[in-house]
Amino acid sequence: MSKYKAKIGLEMHCEISKTNTKLFSGAQNTYTEHANTCVRPVDMAFPGTLPVLNKEAVRLSLMTSMILGCKQPEYMYFERKNYYYPDLPKGYQITQETKPIPVGIYGSVTFECEGTLKTVRVNNIHLEEDAASLDHYYNTSNIDYNRAGVPLLELVTEPDFHSAEEAVAFLEHMRSVYQYANISDADTKKGQIRCDVNVSIMDESLDENNPENWGTKVEIKNVNSFGGVKDAINYEIKRQIELKETGEYDKMEQQTRRWDEESGTTKFMRSKVDAIDYKYFVEPNIPKFKLDPKWLEEIKKSIPRLALERKQEYQNTYGLSNYDATVLVKEREVADYFENCIQLGIEPKIASNWVSGNILGEVNKEGISIQDFYLTPAMLKQIIDPLQKGIISSKQAKEIFQKSITEKKEPKTMISTENAQISDEKELLEIITSILEKNSSQIEEYKNGRTNLFDYFVGQVMKETRGKANPVKTKELLTKELSK
Amino acid sequence: MNMEKGIVELHEMLQKKEVTPNELIAESKKRSKEIQEECNAFVTILDDVTYDGPIDTLLAGIPYGIKDNYSTKGVLSTGSSNTLKNYVPFFDATAVENLKKAHAVFVNKTVLDEFGMGGTGTTGHTGIVKNPWDNERMCAGSSAGSAAAVASGVYPYALGSDTGDSIRKPAAYCGIVGYKPTYGMISRYGLFPFASSLDTCGVLTRSVEDAAIVVDAMKGIDPKDMTSWDSSKIHLYENLKNTSPRKVCTIPEICDLKNYPNASTELKLHLENYQKTLNLLKEMGYQVEEVSIDKTLLNALASCYVILSCAEATSNMSNLTGIIFGPRSEKENVMEMIKDHRTKGFSPLIKRRFVIGSYVLQKENKDRYFHNAQRVRRLIVDRMKEILKDYDAVILPVGTGPAKKLKGQKDILDKESTVLEEHLQIANFGGFPSITIPNGFVHDLPVGINITGNCYEDEKVLQIAYDLERKMNYKGQIRKKVSHE
Repeated sequence: MSKYKAKIGLEMHCEISKTNTKLFSGAQNTYTEHANTCVRPVDMAFPGTLPVLNKEAVRLSLMTSMILGCKQPEYMYFERKNYYYPDLPKGYQITQETKPIPVGIYGSVTFECEGTLKTVRVNNIHLEEDAASLDHYYNTSNIDYNRAGVPLLELVTEPDFHSAEEAVAFLEHMRSVYQYANISDADTKKGQIRCDVNVSIMDESLDENNPENWGTKVEIKNVNSFGGVKDAINYEIKRQIELKETGEYDKMEQQTRRWDEESGTTKFMRSKVDAIDYKYFVEPNIPKFKLDPKWLEEIKKSIPRLALERKQEYQNTYGLSNYDATVLVKEREVADYFENCIQLGIEPKIASNWVSGNILGEVNKEGISIQDFYLTPAMLKQIIDPLQKGIISSKQAKEIFQKSITEKKEPKTMISTENAQISDEKELLEIITSILEKNSSQIEEYKNGRTNLFDYFVGQVMKETRGKANPVKTKELLTKELSK
Repeated sequence: MNMEKGIVELHEMLQKKEVTPNELIAESKKRSKEIQEECNAFVTILDDVTYDGPIDTLLAGIPYGIKDNYSTKGVLSTGSSNTLKNYVPFFDATAVENLKKAHAVFVNKTVLDEFGMGGTGTTGHTGIVKNPWDNERMCAGSSAGSAAAVASGVYPYALGSDTGDSIRKPAAYCGIVGYKPTYGMISRYGLFPFASSLDTCGVLTRSVEDAAIVVDAMKGIDPKDMTSWDSSKIHLYENLKNTSPRKVCTIPEICDLKNYPNASTELKLHLENYQKTLNLLKEMGYQVEEVSIDKTLLNALASCYVILSCAEATSNMSNLTGIIFGPRSEKENVMEMIKDHRTKGFSPLIKRRFVIGSYVLQKENKDRYFHNAQRVRRLIVDRMKEILKDYDAVILPVGTGPAKKLKGQKDILDKESTVLEEHLQIANFGGFPSITIPNGFVHDLPVGINITGNCYEDEKVLQIAYDLERKMNYKGQIRKKVSHE
């Protein structure tokens, strides 16, 4: 690789899953195993049906455009992309082109890759409808129109990535953005994210800012997992280097290839000369409309703080480790929980330990979202405050935590009564005195040098109090009494 | 013959119980069958229609016909195409739904040129539609069946659709009224699309009054059609009679006989008759002036229409694959199935238009053809809007004379009179309201005159038409068959 530099660009498709209905129909926008249950006539292109644009989908796409630092258009237009395919009932897809401009053009995204911040330029982001899904069997194929018309965002980057790791880090960053901004679940398992990748290589020594030095672009279609993106890029770089080495690179045409997951290779689909002419024209059934600057301002204000920003704050302001901060920002709900704890006055490091330890442990065990977790940040505080004041031991704290979530009872109800730690010196002294009275021979041995019997006495106190004696105080008092 | 009467008169008869809806329906059905025999005007004649509901609106209990490119729930809707020859929709077009709410009773579905693409009424999958005045002539199209049926007294009105002149020209050739409202006044939901930016729902009737009544019931903003608009303040029928002499204009580049040195006798008579109508308007106190439109622009009109309408059509009809609806082909794989369905299903004329549409949208041709056509469209519309700032309406003759012969007549459009045949498309380019009414005869066959006004000024356009109609003798006219002896 040292002799060559790869230039990689991505087209990232992400379904908007957070609207109630589809982009152009009243059918429910949801993921279900039951085929053809979320369908309206327009999704199957029955004659005479017309698209009606979903405003919420436009709002979420404009929000994405803003997050990416893109320029938003003055007017919204949609275009028809015409081609025949069984998953496309109308025979065209309603989408956006770069002229007139789509929901966003010319932005940039800063993301973290292996601990370093990188920036990629965004060429454009546009809003379009998803196609139906096809299930192929031995000699038939089934069409499921549930996905037809689901809003889809296509983000097109410039070829600014230089490695598979960078490209995947970017995808992970964007997935987090979509999830944080409540735009999409961005779940690859549900097919909500799909990518096209373009790869070319050039000599390392040449200036990559001069497009004349770039190699021949190869586009790889339909890569549907992040692992696939990584493997496809690495495979393609290797393939192109081999062509260079054997002197065949210059003969290679600009082309489209397909990622074949099974063989782990890319396969030739068509060369640029056979590129499909999609015969775009402006969609006549959706009149162009002006975007109200006030609405845009509202959208801008509603963008939540995103993962990278929060992570940097956790590290720089709260002094958390990179690892802990990464765990906390992985899901927005977890980060929100953590921030709520801090707002309630829990020390950041303590909150971090509890959240990433006990709490996430339980949440994952139960397979629920932290939002549905019984123990709220306020209840966590009910445990942490007495712990810090020494009213309860850390062992007790854990017990109370467990008991609270199993019995669905607030921790404070358990601390005030039976479980409260005994820290009262008078009470403790009474207990210690009575134990020492019953163990005169052990005292003798202790005084004769068997100092390890100290732990025996502590144990007796704990036994007597069923573990509720404040251990620090107990040790203090015992030392005092035994030295008498 | 009750079905030869107008809506208001029928409504009063129904109210007074001089006739029942079911008697009207029976008469309409009988007439349908006769006209089917004679003119081949229908795709479907409904068998089991009855109406026993209230006579609560002007349209309640009165039969009407629907062009077969409107989606009708539970009733075969073919678009007069083999690609949909077995398609029974499960939803009504909004316009049909609105008429249902008004308790109007539809009794048949009328033949059109396949998907509205054609101006002859001869390309429907069920065969040619003959003109009821003269069975050797065509009705023009594409709303051919609707025009033939209304002209021969099957019912007082039938629905049409108009992308270039598909309501207004057959109306003229059949001696009746054809009204295309402002674009978006009637929802297009459920209308099989031809060219979405031009398609307009409308109606064919025997009087301006009936046209106003029917469109009042059909129109309205529709959440299912983003191009529809709120017309709740427009009351066509209520305001129809508030007429006053208006300022109108003609366009000499279109209507002046001097432009046509090789004019046929029919054309000469047609234009003379048109001049007579203009004189009548002047007598009525109207200001009638001449306003020019650049001839180069007018000459580009027809080709621009072909480019834009074909481009949209080729895309709009890509859903006709036979996979989800329509007769499914029995081929090995899906692409072959689609190819087979479309090859067999569409008539050669439509395929030709698809080829044109694809050609003008191809990357290398798009700017030269499609984008230039869009530019010309804009220029023509801008010029029209300029004119309509100063004038209440533009008044022009429809076509080059009466209906054309089905056979024998050289059907090659005479180049020099193309603009006369095609100028009605201007109203589709701009979405303008436009109405054709009969204004006399040439060789015993009806001819028409067209009135086009500015967008949203449908009331004004209908008032002028109404005003003129009552000074002429053609209101409510039923075809009088010419003899060929």
